Amino acid sequence: MVELEYYLILSGILFSIGVLGVLVRRNAIVVFMCVEIMLNAVNISLIAFDRYNNQHDGQIFSFMVMCVAAAEVSVGLAIVISMYRNKPTINLDEFNLMKW
Amino acid sequence: MDMIPAPEIDLVSLAPVLVLSVFAMGVLILDLFIGKNKTILAYISIAGLVVSALCSFGHADLPVSSFNGAYVVDNFSIFFTFIFAISSSLAILLSINYNEQEGIKIGEYYALILFCTVGMILLCSSTDMIMIFLGIEIVSISLYILAGIRRTDQRSNEAALKYFLLGAFATGFLLYGMAMIYGATGTTKLAGISSTIVAGGVKSQAILLGGIVLLLIGFGFKVAAVPFHMWAPDVYQGAPTPITAFMAVGPKAAVLAAFYRVFADGFHGVAASWEMALMVVAVLSMFIGNLGAIMQTNIKRLLAYSSISHAGYLLIAIIARNSLGASSLLFYMLTYLFTTFGVFGIVIILGRKGNENLEMENYSGLGYKHPLLALSMAIFLLSLGGLPPFAGFVGKFYVFSAALQEGYVTLVVLAVLNSAISFYYYLKVIVYMYMTDQKVEFQPTLSPYALLVVAIAVLGTIQLGIFPGPVIALAQ
Repeated sequence: MVELEYYLILSGILFSIGVLGVLVRRNAIVVFMCVEIMLNAVNISLIAFDRYNNQHDGQIFSFMVMCVAAAEVSVGLAIVISMYRNKPTINLDEFNLMKW
Repeated sequence: MDMIPAPEIDLVSLAPVLVLSVFAMGVLILDLFIGKNKTILAYISIAGLVVSALCSFGHADLPVSSFNGAYVVDNFSIFFTFIFAISSSLAILLSINYNEQEGIKIGEYYALILFCTVGMILLCSSTDMIMIFLGIEIVSISLYILAGIRRTDQRSNEAALKYFLLGAFATGFLLYGMAMIYGATGTTKLAGISSTIVAGGVKSQAILLGGIVLLLIGFGFKVAAVPFHMWAPDVYQGAPTPITAFMAVGPKAAVLAAFYRVFADGFHGVAASWEMALMVVAVLSMFIGNLGAIMQTNIKRLLAYSSISHAGYLLIAIIARNSLGASSLLFYMLTYLFTTFGVFGIVIILGRKGNENLEMENYSGLGYKHPLLALSMAIFLLSLGGLPPFAGFVGKFYVFSAALQEGYVTLVVLAVLNSAISFYYYLKVIVYMYMTDQKVEFQPTLSPYALLVVAIAVLGTIQLGIFPGPVIALAQ
């Protein structure tokens, strides 16, 4: 039997990789992938908690997370595509029309 | 054979959401069968919002909790449903002419506003973290599309992309927080969380506190509170103006309602641990919002910073977490609705095709050319600043007295100081309108819809400022 802590540590590491990726990478698609890594890290901890609490709420929750992530992907990619049509790049540093 | 118990399905509680969803899908389908002129869709959408708001009176004795304690209909949620219905209707009215002028001939536009409103109603009525998450996502995903709906405009694209990436990033934090709180308390229901915390049944205090911090970050992003506000000015500037007005009011109110339910109802047992953090966020929002607004020359960015500072004032109502706090949150949101839509209405009226006239200098001399427009703009700005006898003053007064009742004197002093700072930039616009010579030719697009919105907003601002009594009684 694997202890709960191991799952939580794995999910924490994955989440941190995701956060770091969002902050460091400049390619819109890669940033987007890192957000997905964050969401899946959350799924791991939800399922782990669920299993150790002997419940089902966490599993339902993680299904919802997957559905929402799928919806978000479709909208996100559509935004990237419509952006690419006006300006053929996906480097985030080049989107700087508005600055304070 | 064992029966599988099905949960009670309370359609009456869900009626506002269901009606609105049906209308939204109807709009989507009808869009295929009509020509280029989408005005009819706007009327249908407004009808849907009115019906949906009326449906919220389905239950006689409140509060009614349904779906196993995941959904609640109480005075708080009904008042918010009305705020959302009004704000979405005003946004649609503002859009009709704007869309024609900017060539946004997309029927989905109105359907997305309705879907977004569905999410907002879900958000203010849910008492379960799963529902709150879904509500926030319905609102956010609709808004990502609406912000970028001018597909050929680079600013609109940029706004959508920034909003999307930062919004999804924030969702990650929010979810991780929810997962941790679920792990620590063993339930996703706010009532269960609250009773577990009070009874001392929390499995790990560290995980609970970590979850609360992550939730604070997630909610902070969604209401654009400092230090999670970076997206707001860019998105507000790049999005179509009616959508900017919509974003500044409806979704912000909805997320604040959920914020209130989660923190004031769910986590009141560990209030000592998050109170200080929330206070810092509130004070920073007020200061950075107001100081940032002083430096702006673009009117939409100025209003974005001003909305950041208003989020700061509203957080004070959450910190107070007494009954006056809840009703002051409702009342403040209503006053903010009217003044914000008024200001954006004037901004839209003064813009024309190809030139939206968004620089503050372009308002020079407006007071002599179009005295009525300038006068209403001045009323809205003074109300946003909080000058009596306008609505903004009464809203601030109630929020501050809720905080004083609980003894947060320093917080209120800082908030009042900030109101004073905010007058600097609100008055700056008024000075441009009345005390400088005209620089550009005004060609306002005086559409009846936008003028109607401004008229409603003026009435609301003055009415709530002079006779706030009946509405406050409702809010309580």
